[in-house]
Amino acid sequence: MAETLFYFFIYPGLLFAGVVGGLLAWFDRKITAQVQFRKGPPLLQPFYDFLKLLLVKETILPAKGAKLTFLIAPVLGLFGATISATFILLPLFGIDIGFEGDVIVIFYLLTIPSLTYIIGALASANPLAAVGASREIKLIISYELTFLLLFAAIILKADMSLKISEIIQIQQAGAPFIGSISGILLLIVGVFCAQAKLGMVPFDIAEAETELAEGSFIEYSGTIYAIVKFTKYIMLFILPALLVGFLMSGFHLEGIGILWAILKILAVVLLFSLIRNTNPRLKIKQAMRFFLIGMNALVIIAIVLIYLGL
Amino acid sequence: MGLKSFCLKKSLWVFHLAGASCNNCDIEILDILTPRYDAERFGIQLVGSPRHADVILVSGSINQRDKPRVLEVYEQAAKPVFVVAFGACGCTGGIFAEGNTFAGPLDKIIPVDAYIPGCPPKPEAMLSGITKLIQKI
Repeated sequence: MAETLFYFFIYPGLLFAGVVGGLLAWFDRKITAQVQFRKGPPLLQPFYDFLKLLLVKETILPAKGAKLTFLIAPVLGLFGATISATFILLPLFGIDIGFEGDVIVIFYLLTIPSLTYIIGALASANPLAAVGASREIKLIISYELTFLLLFAAIILKADMSLKISEIIQIQQAGAPFIGSISGILLLIVGVFCAQAKLGMVPFDIAEAETELAEGSFIEYSGTIYAIVKFTKYIMLFILPALLVGFLMSGFHLEGIGILWAILKILAVVLLFSLIRNTNPRLKIKQAMRFFLIGMNALVIIAIVLIYLGL
Repeated sequence: MGLKSFCLKKSLWVFHLAGASCNNCDIEILDILTPRYDAERFGIQLVGSPRHADVILVSGSINQRDKPRVLEVYEQAAKPVFVVAFGACGCTGGIFAEGNTFAGPLDKIIPVDAYIPGCPPKPEAMLSGITKLIQKI
């Protein structure tokens, strides 16, 4: 029992994923600064932000909103992120605790944070948050089908095995999936889906800083906003980790393998940062067309290629 | 120096409130986010909502119509929040101080923690104002 709680709350769940995610958030901001020829923030900047919001700032409740829902939504989002972090990271670190969530469970768990953002935004009774929530709903509708097809393609490629640990074993025994044409197509799709899930720039439609003033999160302040930030840090770690597990043969945590594991995660996050810094924000219509037509077509081509054995 | 004030000093999020400004100050504010001055290395970020703000940066003179809005933003911001009066108009009213719509300098409406004078202030003056604010916290 105590061991299970340790897995969920300390390593590799809540605390570990949050801390690594914070460091990756710094990496993302540093890369952004380097792209713009700036110096960028210090290493611990995401933690300063988090601790400031958690310890110093006052939490304001909206006068006309549903206060309890407004407060509970981010906490539920953090639960969703923590559980999916545990189920993704346990097989990646090679720890076996009996029940491993299969990829279908992980697919559903990864949707929870976005859903709670919508619930929290609608509970805040702010018109800008409502616009943000409606955009987030449209964004979910557009990318979830693509994300599910991506999972289907991975399952097909891994000879119908539903467990992340088996998917990784198949890759470590043979070649990593990314070494084939279908694997490269799936990586492209996966990166864009993760980008939309994280709300990074081409798809930050829901929290558009310039016109909606953070959109869904406009009413959050203090401790409760710190929880939202922490959820975002965890997501920034587990989505690249999931892609690494699916396509780049996971982690091999022995000797030089640790360095490779870190480099794989950093490479995926670097890809996210570069896409985010070189693209403007899409309109919701363009984002829907991009996913429903372009990305779905790519996944279907990849599935056909997998059937042909490429 | 406790952990709380240390974290607050390291991550000041700025909400920019323009009164009846001529927009010159507003354009100059963007200068300290450029590569040459790069305020992000001190953890300074511009945010879009007063709920997230630690510093409210007020530029331009405050006239009768702006006064209730300034009060509203100050009350809606999550405390502790610091107010910085920016530019000659923000600090004293500048050339508009004698005007009949002028509603008094900013420090008569809300408490002000730091003043950055100039028309518009140079980016170096802004960095010096930020340093003074951080020393005060």
